[in-house]
Amino acid sequence: MTETSEPLVSAPVSPGRAKFLRFLIRDAGVLLALVLITLFFSVTAPYFATPDNALKIFVQIAINTVLAAGMTFVILTGGIDLSVGSVLALCTVVGATVMIDEDLSPAVAITLALLACMATGAICGFLNGWISTRWKIPSFIVTLGMLNMAAGAARVVSDNSTITGLPQSFVDFGNLIIGGFLPSIFLVAVLVIAAGWFVLRFTVFGRMIFAVGTNDEAVRLSGHNPDFYKVAAFTISGLTAGIAAMVYLLRLNIGSPIAGVGYELNAIAAVIIGGTSLSGGKGSIIGTLVGACILQVLSTGLQLLGVGDNFKPIVIGLVIVLAVILDAYRERLLRKIR
Amino acid sequence: MDDVILSLEGVGKTFPGVVALSDVSLSIAHGETHIVLGENGAGKSTLIKLLAGIYQPDSGLIAFNGQPYQPKTPHDAQQSGIRIVHQELNLLPYLSIAENLMLENLPRRAFGIVDRKALNSRAVALLKEVGLDVDPRTRVEALGVAQMQLVEIAKALSYDSKLLVLDEPTATLTPPEIERLFSIIKRLKARGVTIIYISHRLHEVFEIGDRVTVLRNGRLVATRDLKGLAVPDLVRMMIGRDIADEYSFDDTIVPGKVALSVAGLKRDAATPAISFDVRHGEILGVAGLVGSGRTEAMRALFGADAKLDGVIEIDGKPVAITAPKDAVRHGLSLLTEDRKGQGLLLDLAVDKNITITDLGKVSRNGLINRRAEAAAANDLVGQLRVKASSIEQAVRNLSGGNQQKVVLAKWLFRGTSTLILDEPTRGVDIGARREIYQLLWMLAAQQKGIIMVSSDLPELMGMCHRIIVFSKNRIVGEVPRAEFDQERILSLAYQEYVRP
Ligand SMILES: Nc1ncnc2c1ncn2[C@@H]1O[C@H](COP(=O)(O)OP(=O)(O)OP(=O)(O)O)[C@@H](O)[C@H]1O
Ligand SMILES: [Mg+2]
Repeated sequence: MTETSEPLVSAPVSPGRAKFLRFLIRDAGVLLALVLITLFFSVTAPYFATPDNALKIFVQIAINTVLAAGMTFVILTGGIDLSVGSVLALCTVVGATVMIDEDLSPAVAITLALLACMATGAICGFLNGWISTRWKIPSFIVTLGMLNMAAGAARVVSDNSTITGLPQSFVDFGNLIIGGFLPSIFLVAVLVIAAGWFVLRFTVFGRMIFAVGTNDEAVRLSGHNPDFYKVAAFTISGLTAGIAAMVYLLRLNIGSPIAGVGYELNAIAAVIIGGTSLSGGKGSIIGTLVGACILQVLSTGLQLLGVGDNFKPIVIGLVIVLAVILDAYRERLLRKIR
Repeated sequence: MDDVILSLEGVGKTFPGVVALSDVSLSIAHGETHIVLGENGAGKSTLIKLLAGIYQPDSGLIAFNGQPYQPKTPHDAQQSGIRIVHQELNLLPYLSIAENLMLENLPRRAFGIVDRKALNSRAVALLKEVGLDVDPRTRVEALGVAQMQLVEIAKALSYDSKLLVLDEPTATLTPPEIERLFSIIKRLKARGVTIIYISHRLHEVFEIGDRVTVLRNGRLVATRDLKGLAVPDLVRMMIGRDIADEYSFDDTIVPGKVALSVAGLKRDAATPAISFDVRHGEILGVAGLVGSGRTEAMRALFGADAKLDGVIEIDGKPVAITAPKDAVRHGLSLLTEDRKGQGLLLDLAVDKNITITDLGKVSRNGLINRRAEAAAANDLVGQLRVKASSIEQAVRNLSGGNQQKVVLAKWLFRGTSTLILDEPTRGVDIGARREIYQLLWMLAAQQKGIIMVSSDLPELMGMCHRIIVFSKNRIVGEVPRAEFDQERILSLAYQEYVRP
């Protein structure tokens, strides 16, 4: 508490309660939405509330969750990364090419493929960040360019064909369901989210990401280099695109130059539904995980309800817009509480 | 009183954690100039925001012109004839001055095309009235804070209003602009306009005010006629006790070796080169009129803006400063005049704003030690008496003066050997000012070099060992403490402007 010449006037909302309210509005709101949607489909959609279906959803959200984790960093700094879908495609063909090299033992090949995926993604991300900060170009434009370049590069690397024949041990790991309820690839996604959460919450680096997104000029005048953190955020987004490519290979067992079309939009949607503000500085990566869950639960639920493929996107689109509207209200509420 | 224009009956406003206003009853007479005073966080701006339709009162009644007055939006307030210049500047940085001035009523030709000629010529007239000599086509982002303040005032004047509210309009202005503002106020008053005026510069309010209302912790202390009152009376009403002489300069602090020297600093080809230095344990004042290039010189020195030429030496060694991070590494701090745009992370909490200058101090291996951070922040918040519900409160929701204290706290946290402070006491109340002055003297006693830019001349004369004076981007004079004289410093500040 502060020391003032006179005691503060009695508080109608104590700081502790304000903190709790803040939590309710910021994080629990999205979570509550997820619970409600899940309940809704459990009651209305046949087969929705079955263990099998739950497993399927876990498997299906893995890729988007990993992409969205990196996207959260970029959006927190006030940028956007439209390139992650095609960077993922490029990484799948690079990874698959390394993995099917016959001269390497499976273990070595898989390790090298993982490194190659992450390196390729990180390089693409670094270029995004470096170009947009060096020449002060909006990241929207730069990453739009990268979207096309990476897609082209993917075709060149793969000779415009699908790469198959991944090592059996790799394929087996992708199909593994740990303890009968935890798909291996979902575990990967959760680990990525956990790492992101740790970094954003506890590290100096994470603090700087929020600060840069809030007011980069103030950060610069405080004696830091905001561009460093922006480039780092894009590099992280590229890196997670590389990891997501490995998840893709685990799940679908092919490297494809046409993989990942439209993935960037799903990732952005997950981040926004999760409550991260497009203008930067505000948000949480746990929210992103919940956002990814909401998207997939909706998609699966609608399908099971028999809503046709034509109507599904309409509903999902509406939900995204609704999420942003709710976000505006949430901001207003939060301002009142702090 | 029968010619009451505005009356408040038992008005209250509560924010989570703070009662900003409680049971305030006040009536303002038609045509009077009413001063509102109070410490930082006393509730002055909140009161104004109720009138502006930005907040709605939780309790009580407001009547304007005898009618119940319940504005839901700022637009409602304007429709009723109430114009407000807020404490925080609200201009659109990427539009021109002229567009900002006339945003609500852009002159148009057929098909809704903006009539640029009319726009700019009207803007020129308005700017002339407030004494701002800048091309109205300039983008607002290129202006200094004081110039923005003048644009805000000009904007409010461009409409006929029945009630004009000015929330700390002079916090960044220098004597000539203040004089001009006061003559405008007197002219409006003669036309029957009612004025509510908020300020922390207690000496100035006697010139224009009829009555004064003092708030303390959201409650109304008293409403009095200004006639017969003096500054100490106002202080006693504001903080409930007397405070010692504002500037009790400490003669025992003796400046030592040169800490920072600047030689031939040139911002661009058009501006003259400047040179000055500051010693360890010295407080160097920087005086000058609005727009005289003080802020720009400090920014260039700090690496915040590009510079063309110049040698900067720290403790006798030349250093290369091309970005703020170089300056900070070499032991410089710059507290910027624009707290909202350049100083604060408005949406982040008080503690995070303070530690941003040196997270290394509260972290280990890249991990932040939240406990150490909170302890450090609480320490500074206590020292500067920042009024916040907790260090986790978002800075956006602090009162203006308390935000200013947070900006100061963040550089005190860094604790560099030389501090450049651009308007460090902007909007800070008289009690807290004194705390800040004492803190600065303490820093000087610790042999830190301090450069203090301020538009408040008495403050500079009370605080500094030496004052250098800027006039039209040039340093035109240097006055040692023994020769401090308001007239002399002011005439130096005017020097380059009156020359043919
Ligand atoms: N939106 C808000 N949310 C929470 N608290 C607020 C909000 N706005 C103001 N307050 C609090 O209300 C109190 C009064 O603030 P106000 O801005 O009216 O002070 P002030 O008298 O104008 O001070 P100053 O002289 O520093 O400008 C302060 O404690 C402030 O922190
Ligand atoms: Mg105020």
